[in-house]
Amino acid sequence: MTAGKTYIKSFCTIQNNQVWLNGDVVFGTESTVFSDFSKKAYQHLEINYPKFFKMDNLSKLAFLGAELLLKTENNSSEENNTALVFANKSSSLDTDVKYQNSISDPENYYPSPAVFVYTLPNICLGEISIRHQLKSENSFFIFADYNPIFMENYSNILLKTGKADKVLCGWVEYYNEDYKAFLYLVDKEGELEHNKEILKQLYNQ
Amino acid sequence: MIKEVYITETNCITPIGFDVASNIKNIRNAVSGIQLHDKPKLFNSPFYASIISDVDLDLAFAKMTTAVNYSRLEKMMILALEPIIKNSKVILNERTAFVLSTTKGNVTALETENIEQAYLNQLAKNIVDFFGFKTEPIVVSNACVSGILAVSLAKRLVQAELFDNVFIVAGDEVSKFVLSGFNSFQAMSEMPCKPYSVNRNGVTLGEAAAAVLVSSNGENAKIKILGDGSINDANHISGPSRTGEGLYRSIESALAEAKINSTQIDYISAHGTATPFNDEMEAIALNRLGLGNAPLNSLKGFYGHTLGASGLLETVIGIQSVQEEELFVSLGFDEIGVSQPINIIEKNEDKNIRYFLKTASGFGGCNTAIVFEKVN
Amino acid sequence: MEALKQELKGKIIEVLNLEDIAVADINDNDALFGDGLGLDSIDALELIVMLDKDYGIKLVDPKEGKVIFKSIETMAAYINENRVK
Repeated sequence: MTAGKTYIKSFCTIQNNQVWLNGDVVFGTESTVFSDFSKKAYQHLEINYPKFFKMDNLSKLAFLGAELLLKTENNSSEENNTALVFANKSSSLDTDVKYQNSISDPENYYPSPAVFVYTLPNICLGEISIRHQLKSENSFFIFADYNPIFMENYSNILLKTGKADKVLCGWVEYYNEDYKAFLYLVDKEGELEHNKEILKQLYNQ
Repeated sequence: MIKEVYITETNCITPIGFDVASNIKNIRNAVSGIQLHDKPKLFNSPFYASIISDVDLDLAFAKMTTAVNYSRLEKMMILALEPIIKNSKVILNERTAFVLSTTKGNVTALETENIEQAYLNQLAKNIVDFFGFKTEPIVVSNACVSGILAVSLAKRLVQAELFDNVFIVAGDEVSKFVLSGFNSFQAMSEMPCKPYSVNRNGVTLGEAAAAVLVSSNGENAKIKILGDGSINDANHISGPSRTGEGLYRSIESALAEAKINSTQIDYISAHGTATPFNDEMEAIALNRLGLGNAPLNSLKGFYGHTLGASGLLETVIGIQSVQEEELFVSLGFDEIGVSQPINIIEKNEDKNIRYFLKTASGFGGCNTAIVFEKVN
Repeated sequence: MEALKQELKGKIIEVLNLEDIAVADINDNDALFGDGLGLDSIDALELIVMLDKDYGIKLVDPKEGKVIFKSIETMAAYINENRVK
């Protein structure tokens, strides 16, 4: 095991029609629905990835956050070992409800595979992995609220045992137009110390 | 000095038994939990699945407790956990963690007005409250690797000395939600599943709950956890990588940490869902690692695909294989139907197993592999 | 059958969430899968659901999909032949 501190290299928050990167607002819209807000954010970030529009809301939210932090971080053609450790409260409930509606009326029973595939919260990790070619450790957890203690501990374990060189952590919560994404990159170097107090502060900013 | 971590207690609740011994007895006699069911509330035509009897479940639960208002899945989970908490005599304090693994939890709550019950942290809380755990529950919801990923998580937490003991329960139900979904994917076989076989054409769904205790206390340990890896394919969200990249790297990571090479693996409990793509991908990944000769089975022929329970349930059975020095048949297999050679266990046989590899893969491109070692 | 082809182009864009693609962008004989429109396996499954929902056609063998969904032209021809709705 390697000793040593870990740091928060960068962080972002997506909430209330706004996108914050490292503490500054980098994009915002008037109050609007998430599908509209996310499309505008996508265009603003000049992403060019048509599959984005097939994703469910949770995956879009996670994807946008990851794009902000990983865009300049990794060169896809190089080998990288950035783990993904994500969590939320609602799992894939937003899409679960949508899928349930597609099977609840026996007269109108047309289960959709494109919706069903998103009824698992870890699919957003798959989307991020594909986009950034991250063949790395990933796991999705559920907590009642953002759990900085667990996140700090688990990402440190991955770094200290050499299972990852960096960890992209995310609290990505979405249910019924109520959303908050708080993502940050943990590394062995950076400006901010990686500990639960600082994480709590940044989360509540 | 890296702390050694063990699994010291195991239990399972399945259609072929409400304890490990009954399950092993039935497996030995090639008795499968898969049957034809005619349940219009679950699916609009008769279907094969491995489903627990409601009568047996309610009877067993009532015998154990007078408590009421627990969902079907919660009853399964409580029944799985209760004996191992009792036997272990571990005190449920801040050094004892609780991990719950599930893909859909109480998804049937979506059919009612009570959506609150569908929240996975609520499911965890209901179990925590029943037993009196003192720590914040950790829910692992990572598709079909959840059950084995939970073991990896527990081992990492214990090795980091954050906890001394971790109780894990894993469970999922056969529901209308999941049946319809797999069917929309054309991924459900109309016959009992045939892992790795040439005429395989999809999964058979199943339900179960399994529970284990992961501990730093090696006394009375059932098995030692040596190494793990959970690497994503980064290829497609519902189909596995054609080169088995994520599974390959997961196993590689586990072997490296265990400090053994692939030729030392004595038995593999693989994922083997019986979809054309999954089984082929596994054969490719295993061969790339030189694991084509290791005796291998999929337990999906006995239990169906139990989703969030599968990784843990199959580990529990695998541990019995190691303890009883016996390899169990890969039920449902008939004629090899993958492009790379793998060594399917075609009938029960005695074998001294020292190193045992458990793998799983799932939607989202996830994979998990753990290497275990026999303890004497 | 012209109207059906136009209808199908519109439906595909909507059902498969093909952003930034207009009906005019899809030619009758363009490959829908692989290099053409780049649809994938989940899209194929969605089209099977669409055949049932909008045209009452239940595909008994999903492998037939490969041939039927080759292009708008082949889809329209098949639907014309087999539609119940």
